[in-house]
This record gives sequence, C-alpha cells and structure tokens, in this order.
Amino acid sequence: MIEGARWQRWLYFYCPLSVFVLGLLFPFYWMLVTTFRPDGELYRPWNRANYTPFWTTNPTLEHIYYLFRETLFSAWLWNTMFIAIVSTLISVFCGLLAGYALARLRFRLAGGLGTSIFVTYLVPPTLLFIPLADVIRTFRLADTPWALILTYPTFLIPFCTWLLMGYFKTIPRELEECARIDGASRIQAMLKIIFPIATPGILSAGIFAFTLSWNEFIYALVFINTPHQKTVPVGVVSELIRGDVFFWGPLMAGALLGSIPVAMIYSFFVEHYVAGLTGSVKG
Amino acid sequence: MLPRPGAARPALLGRLLEDERSLAYLLLTPTIVLLALFIAYPFVLGVWLSVSSATVGVAGHFVGLKNFDKAWNDSIFRTAAFNTFLYTGVTTVFKLALGIWLAVLLNRHFRGKRLIRAFVLLPFIIPTVLSTFAWKWMFDPTFSVINWGLWKLDLITARVNWLGDPYLSLISVMIVNVWRGVPFFAISLLAGLQTISPELHEAAAIDGANAWQRFWRVTWPLLLPVTMVVVLFSVIQTFADFQLVYVLTGGGPANATHLFATYAYQIGVGTGLLSEGAAISLAMFPVLFLVVVLQLWYIRRVETR
Repeated sequence: MIEGARWQRWLYFYCPLSVFVLGLLFPFYWMLVTTFRPDGELYRPWNRANYTPFWTTNPTLEHIYYLFRETLFSAWLWNTMFIAIVSTLISVFCGLLAGYALARLRFRLAGGLGTSIFVTYLVPPTLLFIPLADVIRTFRLADTPWALILTYPTFLIPFCTWLLMGYFKTIPRELEECARIDGASRIQAMLKIIFPIATPGILSAGIFAFTLSWNEFIYALVFINTPHQKTVPVGVVSELIRGDVFFWGPLMAGALLGSIPVAMIYSFFVEHYVAGLTGSVKG
Repeated sequence: MLPRPGAARPALLGRLLEDERSLAYLLLTPTIVLLALFIAYPFVLGVWLSVSSATVGVAGHFVGLKNFDKAWNDSIFRTAAFNTFLYTGVTTVFKLALGIWLAVLLNRHFRGKRLIRAFVLLPFIIPTVLSTFAWKWMFDPTFSVINWGLWKLDLITARVNWLGDPYLSLISVMIVNVWRGVPFFAISLLAGLQTISPELHEAAAIDGANAWQRFWRVTWPLLLPVTMVVVLFSVIQTFADFQLVYVLTGGGPANATHLFATYAYQIGVGTGLLSEGAAISLAMFPVLFLVVVLQLWYIRRVETR
C-alpha cells in the first residue's frame, strides 16, 4: 500500500506518475487531435491567440478521406498486415521447432547453436541492410512482399526461439516421459503434450513478432520501391511528403490509422505482450 | 523374408524421428537455412563489399582498407561516430534513471494499475516511425505545440527551432529516443522488481533504513542482473538506431545529426556507393561485438551462479 501522509503521497507518487503518463501519451493525443482538425486551424503560427489549443470545435474527416482517396494508404495497410502475419507465422513455426530442439534434446552442437541464435537475435538490421539488399536483388525478390516476408524472420526467429526455449525449460520432463512410457513417439509427445502446454508462450511470441514486423522500417525502405508495394511506415514517410511540403493532417491521420491495428492487438493481449517483453530480455 | 521397400521407408523415418540427434537437426533445419541465407551470407558479403570498390550494378574489385581509410578521413563520418557514442551514452543514462523511477512507481498498489501499465507501454509498441512523425509535428518550427506551451508558461519569448539548430536537433532526437525507450526499461525492470520479496523492504525499514537507503541497499543490488541485461540490450538498439534520425532530421541540418546507420544509408543507398556504405555500417561491428560478448558473458555468469 501507499503509506505516508496525504501530501507525501501526492508529492512522491501521484505527481510524478501523472507527469510520466502525460508525457508518454501526449504525442498520441496530439496525433488524434491533428487528425480531426481542419487545415485552417492546423496552420496557425505557434504564438497566435488560440482559444481551443488542445481540441477542436470543428472536427473534420477530410484528412482521412484524403488518405483513402488520394493515396495508396489502404494498399499499404493490406501489405503491412499480410507481411506481418505471414512472417510471424513462419517465425513462430521455426522458433517453436528450434526452441524445442535446443531446450529439450541432447545433441553435440546444442550449446553452440543456441549461442549463435542468441547472437543473431542481437544483430541489428542496420548492420546488414546494404549487403542484404544485394542478396535480395540476386534472388530476384526486390519490390515484392517476399523480400520482407523472408527477411523479417531473421530477427523474429531468434526472438521466438529464445522466448520459447525459456518456456520449454519450465515444463517438467516427467510429463513427456510419462507420454513416452505410454507408447507415444517423440514427435507425438512433442506435438500433443509439450506444444499445448506452451500455448501462452506461443501466443506471446506471436504477438510480439507481429508488432515487431509492423514496426520494421529500414528493410522495407531499402527493398521496396514501387509505391503500391510499400508498408505503412515507409508509405507514410515517402509518399505523403511532396518535396519539402508536409501535409500534417493526412500524415497524422496515417500515423493514427497505421497504429490502430497494433494497438488493438496489444490491448487484447497486454499480459501476453508483457510476458514476451520481459521473457525476451531475461533469457 | 526380405522387407518390402515400401514398408522400410516409414520405419526409417520413424527411427530418424525417434533418435534425439537426428530429430534435433531436423527441427533446426528451417531456422538454420533462413539465418544462413539472410544473416550469415549477407554478413560475409558485407565484409567483402567493404573491402571492394562495388557500386550499384558494378561488381567491383578488391581495394583493401581504402573504404575504411576514406571514412576515417571524412569529417561527416567522424561527426556521425561521435554522435552515435554521445547519443547512446546520454540516452541510456536517462532511460535507465527514468525507467527505474517509473518502475518503482508502478510497483506500488493503486487503483487502475493494470490500465496505467498498459498505457505506459504504448510508445514502445506503436510503430516508431509513426510516433516519431507526431514528434516531428510537435517540433515543427512554425506550428510547434511545445513552443506554444513554453510560451504560455512564460519560459520562452522567441521560438525554439528544435530541429533546425545543429546542437538542439541532436538533443531533440535524444528526447524522442528517451521517450520511446523509457517504457521498455520501466516494464522490464518492473518484472524484476516484482520478484523482490516485500519482506526484505520491511526488514530494512524495521532496521531504520529510509526509502532512499532501502532503494540503494536492497532494491538496486537485487535488480542489477535484470538491469544489466536491459541496458546492454538497449545499448545495441540505440547504437544501431536509424528510424528516429531518418524521420526527424534526415541527418541534417548540414549533416550534424548523422549516426552510423543513417550515414551508411545516405552513402550506400542514397548515393549508390555500396562498398563505402557497407564499410560505414561495419564500423559499428566492433562495438556491437563487444556488447554482445559482454551480454553473453553476463548471462552465463548469472545462470551458473
């Protein structure tokens, strides 16, 4: 419980916490207000008198209409969704098998392979994007969704493997041994006993991987050039700015709508997401 | 009687799947293939590119360390290197300090705790580029809401050009990085805090330790393993950061805010000098390697203890 006198509680707890929450959420609020604010109100110099600075009395949908009618935003949304879902499925599948093998089976290279997968988990995409662009060109994948679907797993699989290894290690071996004594093969024990118990871990890995691929930027920026093949982050950055002119209304509308799918999934699975986050750094 | 060939195959497969070693390699195959194709091979190719004269569409030939030498004598590269270290150092200190503070606050019991915790993590999960755009709009030279607020509070009289001034723009980028990173620190450290038994705090309180002493003598030492891992993890991400600078300043004004990654992008993709870009990217490698080794060593030590 929070102890101490009332003023102490305010000084040491409520005030700092409110400042944190306000500071962390204000940019999103500003995104929301800008999305619905008419242009006449948006482009008003910062020190001009303004009677409704933090909201608007004339909300408008023009920026959202613009986004869907004049730009390829709906295509970007679809691309991002498709790429995120497929690369997440591939990564969870690979991570599940690899995590099981590394956590449960005894073989000579287990330690070495485990370490190298952990190391690739720490390789940032910015280290490899230039040679990787060359590889993508060689495989004739450039400008297709597969350029991203196949490269996102490079940072998603190590993460999923690492997270699921942690999960598998907490499941007692006896469960598997009982199934084996009852005549189940190794594969059957894995599929029917271990994987179902690991469902929360699988869900965590999947949700985390989905948000990571929705968030990815540099590979999408470098590997995709055709406007209608782009993902939301890259499309918003490269197509909504004409030269030096920023259309802030549509830009913020794009940022808001591009964030909603991730925010929705997150809100449904907060606990799993947090478990994934803390599991990913604990090792 | 001779076994029929058709029956032998499932039996052989079954035996392979029963054998621990062959099953392990089978399960690891998809992962190893993907990582070999898209991590190991590009890495080798990157090393080759960095010692070659390749440009877009031209294979190039071996030129030794010429690209690294050129980068070393390039004043923008030096600024980028300096910026990267400064950026990583300063933001990590702030993220850690604010992250621990927020974690301690969230570790108390209060109404709406779960809701607040869920909201606090938003900067970390919302796509970075999109939230960075909101910041760019808030930093806008003419329409900045931050300037408006500071002006209303009588803190400034003239506008602050957040992204137009060489020094201030780096600070602005750091502010956004700290904003995005604090939730990650706070939530990870909160998980660490929750494993610390409240009885330890009660015991220390009975012995007369005040809140500050209880933090430094009880919480901090017990939290250190988690903190180390979180910090090293964040250092890698920050050191190799790209999105924030790309969106907020594009490396400007006058190339003052480049990091390794954004400069590598400008040279390698913008100008098409693949080999020089690859060399600049690889310049990050020694530091990243050191941090990864440190991370591995630390995790091993914690595990074997």
